[in-house]
Amino acid sequence: MTSTVQTASTVSRPRPSAPPARRPGGPNGTRRIRPGRIVLGVVGIVVSLIWVFPVYWMLNSSLLPNVVLQSTTPTWLPFGGSLDNFAAVFSGGTFLPALGMSTAIAIITVVFCLLFAFLGALAISRFRFRGRKAFVLAVLLIQMLPAEGLFIAQYKLMGSLNMLNSIVGVSIIYIAAVVPFTIWMLRGFVAGVPADLEEAGMIDGLSRTQAFMRITFPLLAPGLVASGVYAFLQAWNEFTVALVLLQDNSSQTLPLWLRGFIQASASRATDWGQVMAASTMVAIPVIIFFLFVQGRMTSGLVSGAVKG
Amino acid sequence: MTTQNLVLGQADPPRQARPRKKGRSTPYLLVIPACGILILALGYPLVWQFITSMQRFGLSQQFGQPPEFVWFDNYVTLFTDPYMWTVVARSLAFCLVTAAVTMAIGTLMALLMNAVHTAVRITLQISMLLAWAMPVVAAMTVWNWLIDWRRGVLNSVLTGIGLDFQNHNWLADPLSFFVVAMVIVVWMSVPFVAFSIYAGLTQVSTEVLEAAQLDGATLSQRLRFIIVPIIRPVLAIILLLQVIWDLRVFTQIRLLQDVGSIASETNLLGTYIYQLGVGSSDFAMASAVSIFVLVLTVALSWFYVRSMLKEDES
Repeated sequence: MTSTVQTASTVSRPRPSAPPARRPGGPNGTRRIRPGRIVLGVVGIVVSLIWVFPVYWMLNSSLLPNVVLQSTTPTWLPFGGSLDNFAAVFSGGTFLPALGMSTAIAIITVVFCLLFAFLGALAISRFRFRGRKAFVLAVLLIQMLPAEGLFIAQYKLMGSLNMLNSIVGVSIIYIAAVVPFTIWMLRGFVAGVPADLEEAGMIDGLSRTQAFMRITFPLLAPGLVASGVYAFLQAWNEFTVALVLLQDNSSQTLPLWLRGFIQASASRATDWGQVMAASTMVAIPVIIFFLFVQGRMTSGLVSGAVKG
Repeated sequence: MTTQNLVLGQADPPRQARPRKKGRSTPYLLVIPACGILILALGYPLVWQFITSMQRFGLSQQFGQPPEFVWFDNYVTLFTDPYMWTVVARSLAFCLVTAAVTMAIGTLMALLMNAVHTAVRITLQISMLLAWAMPVVAAMTVWNWLIDWRRGVLNSVLTGIGLDFQNHNWLADPLSFFVVAMVIVVWMSVPFVAFSIYAGLTQVSTEVLEAAQLDGATLSQRLRFIIVPIIRPVLAIILLLQVIWDLRVFTQIRLLQDVGSIASETNLLGTYIYQLGVGSSDFAMASAVSIFVLVLTVALSWFYVRSMLKEDES
């Protein structure tokens, strides 16, 4: 397999610089900060500055007036910056409808996705039934289907259902796209709650449903929150399906709106200050939510492998 | 988290072996909603796409004539069309190079995170989290601004250090277009790779490494015989996911094309389908390309799916 060969060679590349950092310190055996480690630390800081620069540049430009951005020498710090660009984007009148559209689609997607995925996860982690394996296989395979492979057919489907440009139409596609991964993620959480707990509750006189609702359900809350945020992020950021299904200018999600905003702005000399303010407004909710679920998403995606 | 689940999960079988009275139809009722929406939103389109890929859409179909059924003619047309192969080759090349570069940088970043002081590591992690969290359309907007040919900071800095990049348009030439696209995709996907490999590295026990060192193993030996074997499953899965994701890259290319470049010279499979289907309403050819992409993706992802199935069985 070529993959392992290739990755093995990439892992071994930093050989010369790595050892000083991991080796227990000098002759007296203490872990002192060694020159090698300082060099690596400097490298680390430089790399993180390079990595974060585009995000910084977005914020910086969003605070500067366009006159300043028009200059050929860049302004590195937003001294004397203002929120004027944000106000201008806001008063443009198209941001709020798009925000409303994105919010509605995201909420519908999250609610139905969680409901459907929760039931599905329950089925595969608490029951052994005929067809279970086929269902699990479908759940895994569907995650891999590219949106680009299906959007023409989805466009025709929504056209025939009269649901082009509709919140419900887009939501249906989003729910279907997110449900498989959410089932997989919740499956781990449901399996993590021992069924014995429920049985103990049943011995104490609760019905099966009551035992589930009072004992297991609360323990699943963190899993539901994590997968809910994941579904939200997917629906909030999605571009391809929205581009195909929402062709009417009055029904646009935020990513489409942002693209339209840039195109409208580009017909003149692009007003980068406003465009960056608009990008910031689209990005901020995502960044906030993302920080909550990042760890679970990583472990969810690679859980099969990390266990080793 | 997952290890814990695994341990707890192993306590399950005796419970499941016990016969359950009403359990017969319950699991089926539970999967109905999920199955329903998947069949409606993915299953039906999949079948439609497959059938459509064997029909012919011409001018008369745009006036409501039922399309003619031509079996595999579209595929024959497609596979004998040199442009199609150009796009396929371009997509594969872009995908493999981008995935390889992402893996290389991601691995280096993970090793760096593992080696530096905690404060530096947290700085690195925050920077990468921010890049990872950026919505793709917002990220593309920022990058377009960075490389803007008139006032972008990149040209300005390059000119500032004495190179002549005044008014250089990075998107005009296809090769430099794809380099820019690659840099953006790498910037956005390295965090996932770095975090995952770092998670794998933390599972390598320091005691074992120190013991090996006392026994005289050099660093390269420790890497080859201890570290790499332990994180190999992570590396394999992540590389695979990168390849699959980079093969279907659409948004980045589409939005870069918006800024101004010749689409026919910069199309990848995703934008090609979009152009055929939405641009010229040739649903049949668009479907045929889509089916090709689907088959390619499923073939590539089979390894991933199989390893996940194994996890399910344990």
